[in-house]
Amino acid sequence: MSKNLRINNKQFVDETRKLSFVFNGKKLYGYKGDTLASALLSNDIHLVGRSFKYHRPRGIMTSGSEEPNAILQIGNDDALTEPNVRATEIELYDGLICNSQNCWPSVNFDIGGINNFLSPLLPAGFYYKTFMWPASFWEKYEYFIRKSAGLGKSPTKQDPDMYDHRYMHCDILIVGGGVSGLIAAKIASDDNKKVLLLEDKELLGGSLIYDDNDISKIDNQKSSEWLKKLIENIKNDKNIIIKTRTSLAAYHNYNFLLARQNLTDHLSVNDRNNKIRQRLYKIRAKKVIISTGAIERPQVFHNNDRPGIMLASAVKKYIDYYGVRCGLENVIFTNNDSAYETALSLHKSGTKLNAIVDIRENSSSEIVNKVKSLGVQIYWKHTIVNTKGYKRINKVAIMKLNDKGNDVIGKKIELNCDCLAISGGWTPMVHLFTQSGGKLKFDNKDNIFVPDKTNLNQLSIGSAKGDFELDDVLKNSIKDTKKFLQIENSNFDKIDVQCSKEKEKKNIWLLPSDKPLSKTKPFLDYQNDSTAKDIKLALREGFKSIEHVKRYTTTGMGTDQGKLANMHALGIVADTTNTNMGDLGTTTFRPPYTPLTFGTIVGRNVGQFFDIFRKTPMHDWHVDNNAKFENVGQWKRAWYYPKDGETMHDAVQRESKAARESSGILDASTLGKIDIQGTDANEFLNRVYTNAWSKLQIGKCRYGLMLNEDGMVYDDGVTTKLGENHYLMTTTTGGAANVMSKLEDYLQTEWPELDVFLTSVTDHYATASVCGPNAKKIINKIFKDLDLSDESFPHMSFKEVKLGNINCRVMRISFTGELSYEINVEASYGKYIWEKCIEAGKEFNITPYGTETMHLLRAEKGFIIVGQDTDGTMTPVDLQMDWIISKKKYDFIGKRSLYRSDTIREDRKQLVGLLTDDPNEILEEGAQIIKDENKKPINMLGHVTSSYFSPTLKKSIALAVLKEGKKLKGQKLLVPMIDKTIKVTVSDTVFLDKENERING
Amino acid sequence: MFLINCPYCGERDQSEFVSGGEAHIARPKQPTELNDDQWAEYLFMRKNIKGIQFERWNHAHGCRKWFNVARDTSNDKIEKIYKMGEQPPKL
Ligand SMILES: [Zn+2]
Repeated sequence: MSKNLRINNKQFVDETRKLSFVFNGKKLYGYKGDTLASALLSNDIHLVGRSFKYHRPRGIMTSGSEEPNAILQIGNDDALTEPNVRATEIELYDGLICNSQNCWPSVNFDIGGINNFLSPLLPAGFYYKTFMWPASFWEKYEYFIRKSAGLGKSPTKQDPDMYDHRYMHCDILIVGGGVSGLIAAKIASDDNKKVLLLEDKELLGGSLIYDDNDISKIDNQKSSEWLKKLIENIKNDKNIIIKTRTSLAAYHNYNFLLARQNLTDHLSVNDRNNKIRQRLYKIRAKKVIISTGAIERPQVFHNNDRPGIMLASAVKKYIDYYGVRCGLENVIFTNNDSAYETALSLHKSGTKLNAIVDIRENSSSEIVNKVKSLGVQIYWKHTIVNTKGYKRINKVAIMKLNDKGNDVIGKKIELNCDCLAISGGWTPMVHLFTQSGGKLKFDNKDNIFVPDKTNLNQLSIGSAKGDFELDDVLKNSIKDTKKFLQIENSNFDKIDVQCSKEKEKKNIWLLPSDKPLSKTKPFLDYQNDSTAKDIKLALREGFKSIEHVKRYTTTGMGTDQGKLANMHALGIVADTTNTNMGDLGTTTFRPPYTPLTFGTIVGRNVGQFFDIFRKTPMHDWHVDNNAKFENVGQWKRAWYYPKDGETMHDAVQRESKAARESSGILDASTLGKIDIQGTDANEFLNRVYTNAWSKLQIGKCRYGLMLNEDGMVYDDGVTTKLGENHYLMTTTTGGAANVMSKLEDYLQTEWPELDVFLTSVTDHYATASVCGPNAKKIINKIFKDLDLSDESFPHMSFKEVKLGNINCRVMRISFTGELSYEINVEASYGKYIWEKCIEAGKEFNITPYGTETMHLLRAEKGFIIVGQDTDGTMTPVDLQMDWIISKKKYDFIGKRSLYRSDTIREDRKQLVGLLTDDPNEILEEGAQIIKDENKKPINMLGHVTSSYFSPTLKKSIALAVLKEGKKLKGQKLLVPMIDKTIKVTVSDTVFLDKENERING
Repeated sequence: MFLINCPYCGERDQSEFVSGGEAHIARPKQPTELNDDQWAEYLFMRKNIKGIQFERWNHAHGCRKWFNVARDTSNDKIEKIYKMGEQPPKL
């Protein structure tokens, strides 16, 4: 610290706790309580980055979330490094490492700076105009754009930090712990409301807490002293929950809000172990009070972006709060009274103030008079026309404004400075209000947008609503809060406030210079390097809507979402087009208000907690027997059981051969199961399935196909008649929940007269399916008393038997074409019955098989899988399943759609079989089918839906959907792949056992 | 996220519910009597209005009951919630 920039100030910064940090490789020091920005400034560092397009040197400009320039890469760990962190928002911790982002090779010598001299070639819309043509060049352009764009580096490893989510409910949510929020909190608490108070900084109090001038007084005390007592009072208030370091990210409808709390980012890295880094609060508030304050706006003049040019309020905060001087030779440039507070702070801290430049004719308020009395040189009705200093401002040139304020006159005066504090007035932070759907109105007096109409139970108070002077802030906050909460009296009713009152106001959105506009660089959006010129160019080129102007010039599209730029952009558009600002409307503010890490958004839902998964009661057995699993919806299903290093192909070949030649066993517990009861259950089935159910007898099973109302296949499965008014329906594994809600929907809304009750029993039963020529012998060993003869227990029937105390529902149904029994037991007996089957089947080489083998076995038989061979565009007729459509039934879901003009077209895609000319060639599922390779464009006829190598048939088989497929049997077609074209012949869909003889063993 | 007052359970977060589209479109009693256009009217045509829209909602992760909601699509305000089978309110 060669220069004496740090002022003794022990109030908010702890000078006994010295912290070291590294900026661009250089070791520096700051204190506990500093932000990274204040620590850098105390080391006389302003230059922290380069601008996005022209790579101009940029310095710290603000002290808050509106910071456009001081955006750094924090940390150098591959997993923990974080780009785009605002130096003004991060609290300094010991060992912090940070680097400038948008510069190469270094912030002091940046090769992209050449863009600054090329800038006449880089006007608004430059990227759109240049790089979009010719389209094929885009890949080349992109490489260079990405390389020179300063967006920081993403971490390359998984985020090791823990994040958390928590729900909060409250009567009153107060966003912003400044003076108005604190008063509102106290009023609400005194009325016995449960209050949640959020503050994004580490301390409560807002800007009043470090307000050190002698003019503002509350109840005859210095305003900051009065406020400190209120804060102590609130901290001990049981009705008020305070969350500091917590910023509101999003304000959704129905007062649902998201807030992010920083729990460890201010700690040194070693102190963060095993702590939750950030927590996302999901808040439902009965009422919301927005007291987010206001942000100061800059002024727009030539070269207004040099390092050392800062907001006046920031210069004041760095002095009064952090005890850091931003420069030793200061100039203030303002259009309003608030910058005079900065003048007083500079004076009080013994910091040199060379001059104040004010665009107004004069001001006669108390605070200005006090500054005048200090002998400060004030240039009234003057503007800055230029600034000098490449990496740090060293001079400003000022000239007198003409009466209209659109040109400058007289002699140019140069003033020395190493810090220029600018103020263009204040903008209420209405972002949250508009996010929540609120409508703004324009206030011509202060040139601000203020909250107007809202549909929600919410209130904006303080400077967030457009009150800027202390007495207005306090008295209106008290009055509005009381009205909002319907309270008659409060403890603040007799409050006495003294403060300076601003009488003269003047605002010029784009200040004139002695140079023509085309030769100047008056920046609006510092991050995206858009200038007033760009806005005017966009208007000349015909853009009218502010949303279009924004996108064309990229104004307000940086990570700061144009917190500083938007008002000036609007103002210049309004002035240029002679429109009222209020009529222009504003651009939309979208959540999040400040950037959120992905970790915070996902919280605990990572890794194994990403989604819930469902396991069958036999799951452990599958694991013990080396099953590989596949995800089917949320289910983990055994996929195949490799033995001795088998590949999936080998395992599936072995499993399917065993099932066909002796016996196999499948865990079918995941199939959806719906218990249907009621006197109208039979009628209900008639209405939801395409086939007829009236004649089904107790103890019999029937396959059913369910359509959507549009006639497309929706689900399928076997339903068993358990009793007179009692059925058990099975659905596909993935479709269970949807079928259940669809059936409920019809019952509740279309057919409330039916006496039918549905209960999902998927999880209540476990199912072991034993198939193969030896299945009967195995079942006989388990259920010795059960008559398994074809006469007593034929295919598609059901018996209820006991095994000890266990009730077993045994269905003789088959999805493989083999003789097959499904044993359903209460879930808790699932593993027991499974192991019973394995034990009984040992002598028959019973082989557990997974879903892959099941798919192969059913494909050999041409059985469809809904969702694999169908995709929501297939009717039963398309699937060649006309046999399942009842001709007699008057109505069922989807019936009418089966003879719409579109569904009866003959050239629809239809399910067919495909055989490859080379029997060893296996088609890829999803592959396209064509007829002629040479005639372009190539006509796509359909695609492969299922494809396997059948060990039983010793050849490759496939199912496919094909245009006019029914007519194409025997046709030679082609399946083009990336490296070859496969010749295929259209076949029947049933490849094996067309006579259905295996079903009887 | 909406707060929806299920007529059977009370106020719950929107995440417990699913929307079932436009309400008061009864399934035709005799679909086979309808020509293609009439059937298509029932099957496909839905309103998308700015203002009060009558919708079906289901408390999927709760009581699983269907009910009707009158919602202003311009601001998502729920004006009225009423049970299945009841007539839409005059709003
Ligand atoms: Zn409910």
